[in-house]
Amino acid sequence: MNAATLFGLCGAALVGLGLYGLVTNPEPLRKILAFNLLGSGVFLVFGVVAKRAAASGLGGDPVPQAMVITAIVVAFAATAMAIALVLRLLQETGRSTLSSDTSAATDTAGADS
Amino acid sequence: MPDANLLPDATTTDGVFLVLAIVLPAAGVLLSFVLGGRYAERIALVLLPSGFILATIILVDVWQSGHRLVYIVGDWKPPLGIALRADGLSAAMMVVMAIVFCAVAIFAYADFGTRAGSAEARAPFAFWILLMAIWGAMNLIFLGGDLFTLYVALELLTFAAVPLVCLDGRAETLQAALRYLIFALLGSILYLVGTALLYGSYATLDIVLLSRQIRAEPATLVAAALMTIGLFAKTALFPLHLWLPPAHAGAPAAASAVLSAVVVKGSFFLVVRLWFDVMPGMLGGAGAQLFGALGAAAIIFGSVVALQQQRLKLLIAYSTVAQIGYLFLIFPLALDAASGQLQGSGALTGGIIQAISHATAKAAMFMAAGLIYAALGHDRIAELGGIARALPMTIFAFALGGVSLIGLPPSGGFLAKWILLEATVATGQWWWALVILAGGLFTSCYMFIVLSRAVAPSGAPLKLKTAVPKYQEAAALALALTSLLLGLVALGPIDIIEVGRPDSIMVGSR
Repeated sequence: MNAATLFGLCGAALVGLGLYGLVTNPEPLRKILAFNLLGSGVFLVFGVVAKRAAASGLGGDPVPQAMVITAIVVAFAATAMAIALVLRLLQETGRSTLSSDTSAATDTAGADS
Repeated sequence: MPDANLLPDATTTDGVFLVLAIVLPAAGVLLSFVLGGRYAERIALVLLPSGFILATIILVDVWQSGHRLVYIVGDWKPPLGIALRADGLSAAMMVVMAIVFCAVAIFAYADFGTRAGSAEARAPFAFWILLMAIWGAMNLIFLGGDLFTLYVALELLTFAAVPLVCLDGRAETLQAALRYLIFALLGSILYLVGTALLYGSYATLDIVLLSRQIRAEPATLVAAALMTIGLFAKTALFPLHLWLPPAHAGAPAAASAVLSAVVVKGSFFLVVRLWFDVMPGMLGGAGAQLFGALGAAAIIFGSVVALQQQRLKLLIAYSTVAQIGYLFLIFPLALDAASGQLQGSGALTGGIIQAISHATAKAAMFMAAGLIYAALGHDRIAELGGIARALPMTIFAFALGGVSLIGLPPSGGFLAKWILLEATVATGQWWWALVILAGGLFTSCYMFIVLSRAVAPSGAPLKLKTAVPKYQEAAALALALTSLLLGLVALGPIDIIEVGRPDSIMVGSR
């Protein structure tokens, strides 16, 4: 197994873990962390792509590297925005969940009033 | 329209307009940050109409020349550089979106305008900046020539759209925005995996170069599937629509109009680019039927849930879920059974007209609902009695929007459904015709429920909470009329949408 395959498998594992966490965790903060894990996996895949495409003697294909920098900036901005929303939600409601029991609670409150 | 003289890719005369279409909104956003406060609104009110003029110039240019406008950024040719391309499809979408943006800006001036002498607030400042950011992101989506630029555009669109949802800062809108953001992030990261895999296979992400090299192999199919799922999540196609109704119904009226009319069309446009332009021969019969089935499920589910809504804005939001479904019926209908290729005419034209007429009609309906909410202080459908007498122009705009959604002549919705029905007959897929007709029936049911309540007399004399400015009503009505009269483009050159499409080039050069 060469390095590229190893990193590729690592990336795939990270993507899988992140996706699982994103889908199954109800907590927004955990979802955000899972998104970052998923993102790291994708960035690793980009790195592998850069390495694999470098058969022509260069150290690595610079185009995927340029893309991955952009993608990291985008993921960073997304994370910052998500955290800001979670914090604001915590300030407004005293909790930071998206689970259905809070919306069920507001539903029944709406029906009572 | 075959267009063989496109190659090689080079900057066309007037290609500079494409750069302007992206630079203007970006400059507006930056300038607003620098100048601050009420300047954001002034900048937006100057730039949005000039954006409309610019989009019209691009459309006329594409139409008259009969081929695409291209601009090679920095003269670095793809695959290393980035190309901006405007074909008939993107030019038509740009013009319609610019019309919607202008109407929304006029409408929003009442809610988010800063009057002389009054204090500057943060929400209006954010609103105008986000509006310009969405406009810029949409233009980039329409013009972007490679899949990674489109990824960046998609992210810009998300980052501009999510804060619009929670502009008023109430807890439930914050929750809706967070849910929207999580769906959108999942969607964009799946799209990004797809671009990585495609780059790994073909060493380019340029749409034209990719479409020439693409082969049906496992990595490509996985990439396409991941990107499509991601885009479906962003377009809120059933069953990934859960985020849409609370987000669109909770936002301020002007924001709802932009979100429902414009933002979901961005990711839909990318689905079209991906399957019609990059890999027209890859979807296959089963895939096309699956897309169509999801669209059909969205139409039926969205309509049935819309019928059960008590609140007007939620009803309109579920109606968006249903109308998005129609857009995905184009995939089974555009598939040419003999060649296994998606055809860039007929059903695709119908789908784009559906997207355009839904954009104008839905923006008008959300604006009307916003005015009703402002006037009554609530939007409970059961208590709308007498509102048609108090706000006749608003209800008229709402009804005209409904006419287009139902698909009565001469509306754009009618033309779209007519073309789609024609395609079902031509391809012998009668089951999609049933869905289209059932959708129209459901739509007329929920429109009838709302309108019958609205025109019913009220028991007590209706006291409006606030006076509704006439220009807000006029903005809604203008959009509704645009949607209504869109059907008349059938008399004009409807094939503008087919100008400069890569697959038609391939056919032409063969």
